Amino acid sequence: MKQYLALNPKADIVNSLSKDNDKGRRWTLFEKLLIGMTPQQYLAQAIKNPFNWFLAIVFAVGFPVIIGRFIFGLEWATGGPQSNAWGLFLGFGLFGMVPLSSSGFQMGSAVEVFGRHDMEPLERLGILNGILGYLFAVIFLMVDLGQPWRLPYPMVVSWGPASVLFLVAWHVATYLSVQAAEMSTPFFEWMGWPAGRTVIKKMALGLAVAGIILSTLHQGALGALSSYAPGKVHPLWYSASFQWLYFFVSSLPGGLCMVIVVSTIVIKTMAWRCDDNFKLNLDKLHISLAKGASMGLFTYFVIRMIGIAHDNKWAYMTTGWGAWWLFEIGIGVILSMILLTVGARNKNITMIRLGAWTTILGIVLNRLNVYMITFNWKHGEIEIPPWREFMITITIYCVYIATYRFILYRWPILFRWKTQYSEYAVIETVAAKPEAGYSVK
Amino acid sequence: MIDRRDFLKGCLACSVTAASIGVVGKNAFAAGSFEGYPDAMGVLVDLTRCVGCRSCEAACNNEQKLPEPDLPFDDESVFAEQRRTTPKAYTVVNKYETADKNPLFRKLQCNHCNEPACLTSCFVNAYTKTKEGAVIYNAKVCVGCRNCMIACPFDIPAYSYSSAINPLIKKCIFCYDTRVKNGRPPACVEICPQQVMTFGRRSDLVEMGHERIKNDPAKYVDKIYGEKEVGGTSWMYLSSVDFDKVGLDNHMQNEPIISNVKDFLGMVPMVLSIWPALFTGIHLLATKNKGEHGDHDHKEGDQQ
Repeated sequence: MKQYLALNPKADIVNSLSKDNDKGRRWTLFEKLLIGMTPQQYLAQAIKNPFNWFLAIVFAVGFPVIIGRFIFGLEWATGGPQSNAWGLFLGFGLFGMVPLSSSGFQMGSAVEVFGRHDMEPLERLGILNGILGYLFAVIFLMVDLGQPWRLPYPMVVSWGPASVLFLVAWHVATYLSVQAAEMSTPFFEWMGWPAGRTVIKKMALGLAVAGIILSTLHQGALGALSSYAPGKVHPLWYSASFQWLYFFVSSLPGGLCMVIVVSTIVIKTMAWRCDDNFKLNLDKLHISLAKGASMGLFTYFVIRMIGIAHDNKWAYMTTGWGAWWLFEIGIGVILSMILLTVGARNKNITMIRLGAWTTILGIVLNRLNVYMITFNWKHGEIEIPPWREFMITITIYCVYIATYRFILYRWPILFRWKTQYSEYAVIETVAAKPEAGYSVK
Repeated sequence: MIDRRDFLKGCLACSVTAASIGVVGKNAFAAGSFEGYPDAMGVLVDLTRCVGCRSCEAACNNEQKLPEPDLPFDDESVFAEQRRTTPKAYTVVNKYETADKNPLFRKLQCNHCNEPACLTSCFVNAYTKTKEGAVIYNAKVCVGCRNCMIACPFDIPAYSYSSAINPLIKKCIFCYDTRVKNGRPPACVEICPQQVMTFGRRSDLVEMGHERIKNDPAKYVDKIYGEKEVGGTSWMYLSSVDFDKVGLDNHMQNEPIISNVKDFLGMVPMVLSIWPALFTGIHLLATKNKGEHGDHDHKEGDQQ
């Protein structure tokens, strides 16, 4: 990509106006979609990227399997487990992805509610990470539901308001709309619709507070769902009183670490797309996020221990499940906490990034442990999902990555959209150069 | 009657607990629990009488118009392993070896809880507990999330995964439509040659069970399984060995499963009411007298 940008100075769209035309002709949508390249150039750079080949292979195998799931039914895809009813689609796709998507409400509230404007370079990335995580959690859900076309039923056909899942359904639906509104700002800028942008900007505080409310409740609710299965989830991973708190509290460092990991991948693979504001502040912001994440992890560690002490479950520690529990806590919480804290203290960015990775792995492992690995632990054996279930999960995750990259290449997430207020005045008067105003907000 | 001193002691203990843990115990919500319809019917299963003939399985298959089984109903090879209910079999009989006595057999089917976990976990309200005691299922609204299968403490609901366009939950409905609604016993009860099962008003059955235990204390374990478990079930069991030995969890909680999430659900309207003012207030405190674009270097913990 970088080489093509060097060859083609026209590329690198950062505002509404074409670079090769002083009269201020606006980019066409087609040009914006191809990031200023000709179709040939675009295709040539896409083919050269080995990651695209990886995606192509995954999609070639995975899409037929997904289609097969809807033609031949769930049993064909997942083997139809009767006792472990929730497999990888929910265990990983819903329960694993949603806590890592709490970045949306955290970055939004850091900037809008707490006035931390220094976090702005990562605000949009955090919100995008949030909305995509939720959107793909819903897509995973659609693949998993027996009758996905009935998904609106809890909203319009038949209410079961005493159910935790009812709350999850409503909150995720509402929260997706809130995030879509927040994310429409860069979309409106990119499309060149400043009126829409102005409306959303006025709602920013309200949207951020709505994000906090909905996230507190549904992140917790995903934990409360396992309170329905007291005899099935292993006691070390179960607490009737605190389960929702475990899930909510662990989602906080999960979301922050996901922002660290994603922005690290971004700076390594698409630095051309990041503006100076992003590049120069990134290390400093990673330290800030690491501080927040380490405090979150410490709190999480303490409440997990309180849970064990509260129900006096120490005896389980000496069993095989106890060793597995110590592994999850040891790598995912204690090691992560040390890496993030020491890294933030010594301004060691590599250490912080490593700690962010282990935090994410620890949280995903926790969700898999609660809903899949320790589920029905009394039955003795762990059911390994069949290959088609793995293939569908990997394919949807790859679609998620491809969508993520598509948006980051184009929308003003990693860079500021220049001249956003002045551009219309510029077109009419042709007085100022379109590049002139670097208007911030 | 609680006297005043005990009451005060209780108050003190409660507030110390609440203060040290920070969470009010779930018993605070227990007042609203539902103990079952007064005239609900039930079945008392006496495991000491069952000989494992599987005629109940055959009767259920016939009554519910289920597909042909893989092996005929008189084939005893099925006892080699512990089976569970499936979309093709709403009831199955399992064999349990005991240390010194003859093997025991137990029939598995929906226990028709007084306050069913499947019902309370369902987000489209597909389940109904009828006043006759049956837990029935409305296939027309089921989305297929399978939360009921996760929630059921007895692992009863099965899902017909093999259907691509209309997969549904399949479980025993107490022969509600065809029999129990009209006061007749379910097919499995009626066919049993050993009178293992007694159909009647649940409250009468509890009495009858205790009577049987009292009359022959050497024969029975002194407990009716299902009288108290998860808030009580319509189907209840008498056994000559510990219930753990016949595949029933002896440590099942006595509160209905819904009580595990009542704390959380009770908190929802509070969060909805308190958070808006709380965080808008924090916003005002955090941004007062500060420029909109100031570059402040606070501690990161602010956002936790």
